[in-house]
Amino acid sequence: MKGKKERTLLEPRELLAMYRDMVRIREFEEACPKLYSQGKMGGFLHLYSGQEAVGVGVAHAMHQEDYMIAAYREHGLILAKGTPPDVVMAELFGKATGVSKGKGGSMHMFDAERRFMGGYGIVGGHLPLAVGIGFAILYRESDEVVVCLFGDGATNQGVFHEAMNMAALYQVPVVFVCENNGYGIGTSVARASAVEQLYKKSCAYETPGVKVDGMDVLAVYETVRQAVQRAREGGGPTYVEAITYRFRGHSISDPGTYRSEQEKKIWQERDPIPNFAERLIAEGRASREQLDQIDAEEKQRIEAAIRFAEESPEPAAEELWTDVYAKF
Amino acid sequence: MPEITCREALNQAIREEMERDPAVFILGEDVGLYEGSFKVTRGLLAKFGDKRVVDTPIAEAGIVGLACGAAMAGLRPIAELMTVNFAIVAMDQIMNSAAVARYMFGGQCSVPLVIRAPGGAGHQLGAQHSHTLDALFMHCPGLRVVIPSIPADAKGLLKSAIRSDDPVMFLEHEGLYATKGEVPDGEYTIPLGVADVKRQGKDVTLLAVSRMVYVCLEAAELLARDGIEAEVVDLRALNPIDMPTVLASVRKTHRAVTVEESWLTGGWGGELVARIVAAAFDDLDAPVLRVGGADVPMPYNKALEKAAIPDVAQVVARVREIL
Repeated sequence: MKGKKERTLLEPRELLAMYRDMVRIREFEEACPKLYSQGKMGGFLHLYSGQEAVGVGVAHAMHQEDYMIAAYREHGLILAKGTPPDVVMAELFGKATGVSKGKGGSMHMFDAERRFMGGYGIVGGHLPLAVGIGFAILYRESDEVVVCLFGDGATNQGVFHEAMNMAALYQVPVVFVCENNGYGIGTSVARASAVEQLYKKSCAYETPGVKVDGMDVLAVYETVRQAVQRAREGGGPTYVEAITYRFRGHSISDPGTYRSEQEKKIWQERDPIPNFAERLIAEGRASREQLDQIDAEEKQRIEAAIRFAEESPEPAAEELWTDVYAKF
Repeated sequence: MPEITCREALNQAIREEMERDPAVFILGEDVGLYEGSFKVTRGLLAKFGDKRVVDTPIAEAGIVGLACGAAMAGLRPIAELMTVNFAIVAMDQIMNSAAVARYMFGGQCSVPLVIRAPGGAGHQLGAQHSHTLDALFMHCPGLRVVIPSIPADAKGLLKSAIRSDDPVMFLEHEGLYATKGEVPDGEYTIPLGVADVKRQGKDVTLLAVSRMVYVCLEAAELLARDGIEAEVVDLRALNPIDMPTVLASVRKTHRAVTVEESWLTGGWGGELVARIVAAAFDDLDAPVLRVGGADVPMPYNKALEKAAIPDVAQVVARVREIL
């Protein structure tokens, strides 16, 4: 909002909130495979474990009024935006209380109140939507910002280039955040993209491209904060490439055998959550006890979310026919 | 009532809606400075400025996607696509984003988007600029499909489409932009999904949209010379289809022929036949027949192109088969 002071230095309270958000996402995601194997969820399940520093760094760099829009690996992102885990879990269970009333599922979560503008299952398909939301902000002469998250695979889609071009042409307040986790399903970036340094793709549109360590929540936070501020002040789009890694396969049905054990081990050692915990303790920003307590609270929070989802009702049969059209 | 062209009627509709509602804007290739490939947007840039009349790059998926996102964020965009064939380039945004967003997100967002696209054959433009893809859009739940034939309908329907909270494919015929007709003075709208009986008759019902309405009216005149009175129903929308009007007409005439410009296979005529047979089988005195375009990519050659599009003779011949 106009006149609102931009934050630069983080208070311990905010650092702990970042830690808590990352733990919440991890607990949420790691609870899912078991529930999935019990048949409580259907469809695909694209887990976010390993990428928490990106979503949480991004969310903390935004205002509540700013818009977030994402691809299909979005449970972690909608949680980072502040949506309660209960309704996110209920959506995975397909329940009426789910954030998309059980009609969207894992890939199509939406929270109008918190301006989470959806998860989308067509690779790259939501990038022009982000530009349109940014266009609406400009049109209304308000000063919100859109942050659009997508994977490395999206940068090889035609609409990536259409969206980048139009965003730069109209100078819309969009921050494009590419979560480069190294693989589009089972195909490595090197085997899919002629340009491996994905942040360089923005140069064709005279849009700043920045690379950031996606395993470091504070690095992501600071990079995206600057990009958001630039967009809010009328400076147009920025393209951020966050280098990250997904600890699990592409989806629940993918064991991820195309990746070597050694590669996985290297990235596991860079796990954004314990590394951030150690840093907070080493810098005297938090005690081990504080962090342990957060871990325990979030574990309970997710258990409560699972109970909420289990106890929630199925959508009524007539819901099949609602919301296809507006009433007229 | 003043006589104006379809082109002018569409222009009036856009102009009036932009005056009425500041959330309405138009975007597309050459809609601004160039004033539209078919000059539908003439004068709009001068009146409303480049914030509300937005020239875009040639990037159909980007245009429709941007418009869809803007609609989800509260604006009411009118996206002009230069030719309906180019809508196929944007089909992902039309079907996977605009049409499904409300449902997929549990009713949390609206997509009040109008996509205007000219189409239709008759100008020797070949297989990539001449098609009529009405049935393709009609197949997709969540999308409204609206197709005017006369100037008065073009204006009233476009105004309703702009005010609709659903995404609307508004399909115009290139061969009708210069067609003149009386348009009422002052403010009026025509509800979406209400057909119009363009000619009363008692012997057979002809069901059509767009330019084929004129073909049917001509066919009806020829048939009238032999004492056969054809009723011509202009559906004006394929989603929703005004079945009460269709069935009332069929129950009166007991015979029907669907007449569509597009490919017969998988076309909307087959859908209508199915619905009529299911609802009014006992009222029929003959099978419901169809007239449609040849199932071929549109040829360039003038004579071949003419042969690929339904004409008056074909409609008359089909009617005679069932009388």
